[in-house]
Amino acid sequence: MAVPSATGSVAPDDPYLRVSDLRVHFPTEDGLVRAVDGISFAVERGKTLGIVGESGSGKSVTSMAIMGLLDAARTHISGEIWVGGRNIAGMDDEKVRHLRGEDMAMVFQDPLSALHPFYKVGVQIAEAYKVHHPSASKAEAAKRAVEMLDRVGIPQPQRRAKQYPHEFSGGMRQRAMIAMALVNDPALLVADEPTTALDVTVQAQILDLLEDLQREFHSAVIMITHDLGVVAQIADDVLVMYAGRAVETGSVEQVMRSPQHPYTWGLLASVPSLHGDAEMDLVPIKGNPPSLINLPPGCSFNPRCRYAGLNGNRSFAEVPELRSTGQDGHQVACHLAAADRLRIYREDIAHAGVAQ
Amino acid sequence: MVRFVIRRLLLAVTTLFAISVITFLLFFAVPSSPATVMCGKSCSPERIAQVEHRLGLDQPLIEQYTTYMKGIFVGRTIGSGDFVRECPAPCLGYSFRTDEPVTDILKRTVPVTLSIVLGAAVMWLTIGVSLGMTSALRRGTLFDRMAIGASLVGASLQVYFLGLVLLLVLVYGSAILPSPTYTPFTENPFKWALGLLLPWITLGFLNSALYARLSRAQMLETLSEDFVRTARAKGLPKRTVYTRHALRAAITPLITIAGLDIGASLGGTVITESIFGLQGLGRVAIQAVEDLNLPIVMATVLLAATFIVVANIVVDLTYAFIDPRVRLS
Repeated sequence: MAVPSATGSVAPDDPYLRVSDLRVHFPTEDGLVRAVDGISFAVERGKTLGIVGESGSGKSVTSMAIMGLLDAARTHISGEIWVGGRNIAGMDDEKVRHLRGEDMAMVFQDPLSALHPFYKVGVQIAEAYKVHHPSASKAEAAKRAVEMLDRVGIPQPQRRAKQYPHEFSGGMRQRAMIAMALVNDPALLVADEPTTALDVTVQAQILDLLEDLQREFHSAVIMITHDLGVVAQIADDVLVMYAGRAVETGSVEQVMRSPQHPYTWGLLASVPSLHGDAEMDLVPIKGNPPSLINLPPGCSFNPRCRYAGLNGNRSFAEVPELRSTGQDGHQVACHLAAADRLRIYREDIAHAGVAQ
Repeated sequence: MVRFVIRRLLLAVTTLFAISVITFLLFFAVPSSPATVMCGKSCSPERIAQVEHRLGLDQPLIEQYTTYMKGIFVGRTIGSGDFVRECPAPCLGYSFRTDEPVTDILKRTVPVTLSIVLGAAVMWLTIGVSLGMTSALRRGTLFDRMAIGASLVGASLQVYFLGLVLLLVLVYGSAILPSPTYTPFTENPFKWALGLLLPWITLGFLNSALYARLSRAQMLETLSEDFVRTARAKGLPKRTVYTRHALRAAITPLITIAGLDIGASLGGTVITESIFGLQGLGRVAIQAVEDLNLPIVMATVLLAATFIVVANIVVDLTYAFIDPRVRLS
């Protein structure tokens, strides 16, 4: 563990990661892209936060910002990103580099393209170890790589370490990727759609593995996904993102069992359920995510929301704030009156069932 | 691997055989005969027939071809009467014009072209690739814009323009460099380099423009690859990310292009040789075509084809060595 800097030390029960009012904007020729527009959340060690949303909702950009992987020359980042007591937003890249791979690590969506095609898997893992352990010998790093491959459930790790990524199956590659991310025992693991590129049967294995490893390493995990099934299985808390903003957040229980935002309802209703009525059609969310350059005025979700306008003109004029639903920790950004939300959910949505 | 090489060599032999047949046929499709060209305007038909007989051109085409090909592998005896000469394998015949063995002509001219091309290749690869890679890493900066601008100028220039300008300025104007000459490397390496510096600079600059643009584009594409992001996510220093991870992948496609470029240039850099007055393969080939000098035409065409075929095989082998995903089976 690195020593917290003078800018702030963490009390033992403080969340390891705290993001507050993060904004990530990309200036482009067409205008300013507001990829992330003011989101806040926190993750403690040992806990998993699921960030859910469609493509273009800003979830991946959020993870890149946390890892300090965005190009500072082409990005405007404001807000605070506290990792283990250090605010890395605006920090010099050379300093953030020492945290990357050491204190915080990342698992990417497509392990085939995320691993270097020209280097052996063991070498790539050993490299991740060696860069943060400069005094370790090559042999020690190689041994560590084999241990990690073994730990993530790769049979014959000794032999596998000497193979190239293209000789691995998809699931094995993602295991290797996880081994690489965890080789330095990071306190924070960011997993960006780690199962999306994998077969369904392999997906479950990878999620199990991540859960196991989280228990073992006691790390804070951010699970970025568009798959509510994944969230239901692995997350403790959920943050639903839409067009760069948080629209609903709470414990997995609250968000999955009593969702309050029409967008969350849409996500849930578009997932088939084993418990729902088999004859019932899935209800997709109509329309497409909005352009992040020209967000609709008012609530960004209003063009796609069946209930926009139930509460006068507010949906079209006023950006809704995240407000508590009354339940502890459950917040929603919606202009609908609390009573309306509960009634609509009960009458229109709940019987559709969700994938849990 | 061995099987791959054998298969490629067999393919190469087939290719060369086909090229030899086509060249031979094309040569005789020309509506004028070497004997007429050699003999001049006021030449009696008897004299022409005599010359044709001496050159073996009165034989049936197939016989001429088989005799020629046999000569390459086992040698042959050329001519009849007073003009009998032994031509040991690999016999490429005698020049119709100078009666010099073609192999001797090649021995004299191939090293010239080889020196020009290899020297220039070293120049264009180092300058072009380093310029392109640096531009990519500093995309959008003044350096990048200037490099791209310079390479645009270079890519639109021609050898006969830049070569002449350089000759005028560096040789005739200021005498900074001596007139280009060829001195064998084994004789005097310094003079060898000095004499070829001008063609190297000319060819090197022009080609490095192309290579700068290619490698810049390749590097930019590689920098946006997921595995480069992974390398950064591991916390590797910038230098390692750029060299070990990005450069290594970006350079691979350039090897293919460079290999084929060099192979093709070895067949003769006609314009460069002509401008700088160097007796290389290209000039000999052009002269031979004008003179309808069959043995030299055949030899230079086959040699150029061999260079390209060999370059192809070398590129493939290098590729397999660099990229583990390429399996040579």
